[in-house]
Amino acid sequence: MRAPGGPDVAVDDVLLAVEDVSLSFGGVKAVSDVSFDIRKGEIRAIIGPNGAGKTSMLNIINGFYQPQEGRITFKGETRSKMRPHEAAIGGIARTFQNVALFKGMSALDNIMVGRTLKMRRGFLWQLLRVGPALTEEVEHRARVEEIIDFLQIQAIRKVQVARLPYGMQKRVELGRALAMEPDLLLLDEPMAGMNMEEKEDMSRFILDVNNHYGTTIALIEHDMGVVMDLSDRVIVLDHGIKIADGTPDVVRNNQAVIDAYLGVAH
Amino acid sequence: MEQAAAGPTDTFPKLLIRNAYLHGSRPSMRHKDLGIWQTWTWSKVLEIVRAYAVGLNRLGLKRGETIAIVGANRPKLYWSVMAAQMLGAIPVPVYSDAVADELAFVLAHAETRYAAVEDQEQVDKILSVMERLPKLKQMVYDEKRGLRDYDHDHLHAMDDIIADGRKALADPAVAAWLDAEIAAGKGSDPSIILYTSGTTGTSKGVVLTGERSIKAAADTVAFDHLTEKDVALAYLPLAWVGDHYLNYAQGLVAGFCMACPESADTAMADLREIGPTFYFAPPRTLELLLTRVMIRMEDAGYIKRKMFHYFIEGVARRYGERILNGQPVPLSGRLLYGIGNILVYAPLKNVLGFSRVRVAYTAGEAIGPELFAFYRSIGLNLKQLYGQTEAFLYVTAQPDGEIYSDTVGPACPNVDIRIADNGEVLFKSPGMFAGYFKDAAKTAEAMTPDGYVMTGDVGYFDEKTGHLKIIDRAKDVGKLNDGTLFPPKYIENKLKFYPNIREVVAYGDKRDFVCVMINIDLTAVGSWAERNNVIYGSYQELAGHPLVYDMIEKHVVEVNRSLAADKVMAGTQIKRFLILHKELDADDGELTRTQKVRRSFIAERYATLIKALYDGSQEADISTEVTFEDGRKGVISARVKIRDMATVPVAIPMGKAA
Repeated sequence: MRAPGGPDVAVDDVLLAVEDVSLSFGGVKAVSDVSFDIRKGEIRAIIGPNGAGKTSMLNIINGFYQPQEGRITFKGETRSKMRPHEAAIGGIARTFQNVALFKGMSALDNIMVGRTLKMRRGFLWQLLRVGPALTEEVEHRARVEEIIDFLQIQAIRKVQVARLPYGMQKRVELGRALAMEPDLLLLDEPMAGMNMEEKEDMSRFILDVNNHYGTTIALIEHDMGVVMDLSDRVIVLDHGIKIADGTPDVVRNNQAVIDAYLGVAH
Repeated sequence: MEQAAAGPTDTFPKLLIRNAYLHGSRPSMRHKDLGIWQTWTWSKVLEIVRAYAVGLNRLGLKRGETIAIVGANRPKLYWSVMAAQMLGAIPVPVYSDAVADELAFVLAHAETRYAAVEDQEQVDKILSVMERLPKLKQMVYDEKRGLRDYDHDHLHAMDDIIADGRKALADPAVAAWLDAEIAAGKGSDPSIILYTSGTTGTSKGVVLTGERSIKAAADTVAFDHLTEKDVALAYLPLAWVGDHYLNYAQGLVAGFCMACPESADTAMADLREIGPTFYFAPPRTLELLLTRVMIRMEDAGYIKRKMFHYFIEGVARRYGERILNGQPVPLSGRLLYGIGNILVYAPLKNVLGFSRVRVAYTAGEAIGPELFAFYRSIGLNLKQLYGQTEAFLYVTAQPDGEIYSDTVGPACPNVDIRIADNGEVLFKSPGMFAGYFKDAAKTAEAMTPDGYVMTGDVGYFDEKTGHLKIIDRAKDVGKLNDGTLFPPKYIENKLKFYPNIREVVAYGDKRDFVCVMINIDLTAVGSWAERNNVIYGSYQELAGHPLVYDMIEKHVVEVNRSLAADKVMAGTQIKRFLILHKELDADDGELTRTQKVRRSFIAERYATLIKALYDGSQEADISTEVTFEDGRKGVISARVKIRDMATVPVAIPMGKAA
């Protein structure tokens, strides 16, 4: 169970810091001058109305977009440019707003994909499936089985993903991200399109991941109730600008946030 | 250890030692964990349980104390039962899906000072009712997940307790002490308390003793020729007498292997992987499986579908059961069945996980003859048994080769059955309970002065087969004016086995003859109507259609014929019936939430119809208030027709029946 108020983290435990980042597509400013940090072991939520720049922010963090201005420091290293696969090797994993799984493969194989980066033996070894490659596969499979157990999806282990209901697909996707053993897990609307029960399950799993594996989590979510219950700290974006940053209680009572959500004229 | 193995085996711990000695390297338990089947041999299980018992004792558990066991079928929970019994403590299994309130009742009533639970869910549930359980001192849990930050003053991981016990056992003095504790266990001590589900009032704690349990299990192990080479899948609730008997007690007596599924959701897949040789399923599960097969067959290709229907309906139905019963079958029938076995039956059984099943049982409620015949016809040796918690399950069971869908078999070995004057089944059996926990009054109520247990069920011995037939609960059975026994549910069930009939309410208590009100099944009758160009606009119209009446009449005639074949039931043939204009509904209070008919309520609500049934009218007007799904109320009026039935004359002399 989670201690109230979240973990006590010193300032030097910052895992990721974003400083004065701006991103624009042509003339449209998606993100402007945004700064925040994510501390080790916390659950950090990014919220905001539609088009506020939440997903763009996530894409900047995992290297999919290159910001025109600003700096990003991850694990103490300030970087100018990074490709998504470098981010992945660096320990950032993510899930997508619209599930992005290999539909024709089983749940188990999809999660196995998450282990690709950890495989040491080359393609040919894996193809032959002998000796060290086999040992390695057994190890990875054991790790994947742990995740399957953790997410309680044993019953769908061998089911083709396309045949699974949406809520289950989301769970498999989380499993694939977890298989990377990330330091930072980015969740893009993990609860979109779910019913109440599925949301409760997913919330439970997010808390468990944070608690059990100690994974730092950054999530985007529309469901305010979920965000306020789950997160340690919340950033609110509106039109690409950060309008609030703090604990759920602080953010909830922030006038700018209330205005942004209720649609007061700017 | 060898000494103990040679001694009397009147308690389960002693049996465990015997098994470790006799079948030490054979599998005792399997559990699918992280996708892989883990196996523990009998000697390994003995080692673990000894360590666990010492660990529990160091936590304070002593002889005579009770320990609650809450969770799904997992090895560590079965070992908790064994370890407690080793110390002479009494395990009290509780249904894992029990709500906190029920759980609190059982734990408080059983005065449990300890609890062995599966996971965080159960820990939370118990913590939420802690103020009602002042006696509860310590809890141990199996699954660590989510429990790391809990206060561990009164909460321990089973692994830690076992490790702690193992360390202590290194001291020979402790090992000797444990041996003495095991030897001190007497067969007459309570070995377990099983709480009844409480569908008939509050739940009662049924106390069973080791010696009686073992005797009963030994009888049925011999009856079904179970050996250490058998395998069973433990997927039934741990707290249910069926699991404790079929898997735990029989497993220890025969030394067979008990496999625990990975989770409740995977039980079907695990069944296939394990391929048990001994299987139990309630009729509802069997029906579900069959429905799934039928749906999948509808989606199969043309050739497969044709082949399936030909071999199931054309061949298996004709010869399958007779081959299984060892009756004469023409050579051509055998050949066809052989081909069918290769093409259809064997693959089908493989898909269902029944390939290796040697003995299968069903019980709990009446099973439809069609459903029963289907499984038997594809070569599954499915049999029926009758029993209850107070008997430690078995009272009767069908022996191989003597199988009838409407009987539950003759008395089990060493079981004595008597039928009371009111028709109630009484029994005396080797495994019968020692009494209800802390309730001498209820115990006395459940027994006759000469020591028979009253089952609360009415039944009789079938003349032709000598098997027991259970017809209804004693409190529901009435009498016709001429004194004939009238078991409403028995008659209702006979009709309900027809897919066209959804619900039946039978009347006859304190009347001259039996009448029934029938609800048609809209799906089944609707699709029949579509195929036969019967046009209807509403349920009411379909229900009142003369052709539908004709169809239902045929069913009633068949039921009457089968009732007439039975001397005891011949007087209860249906004289008149009607088809109700609306579906009986729980929202209108006509059914309980578990879909059982509320006979007396319906009698009041449809009083005009019942009056018409008995005064000879050919039709009756009725208007009833109904509640719609959104809560609004409305009135449905109808003119319901009544049909007279010709009854089959009772066959006299005997033997010429039907």
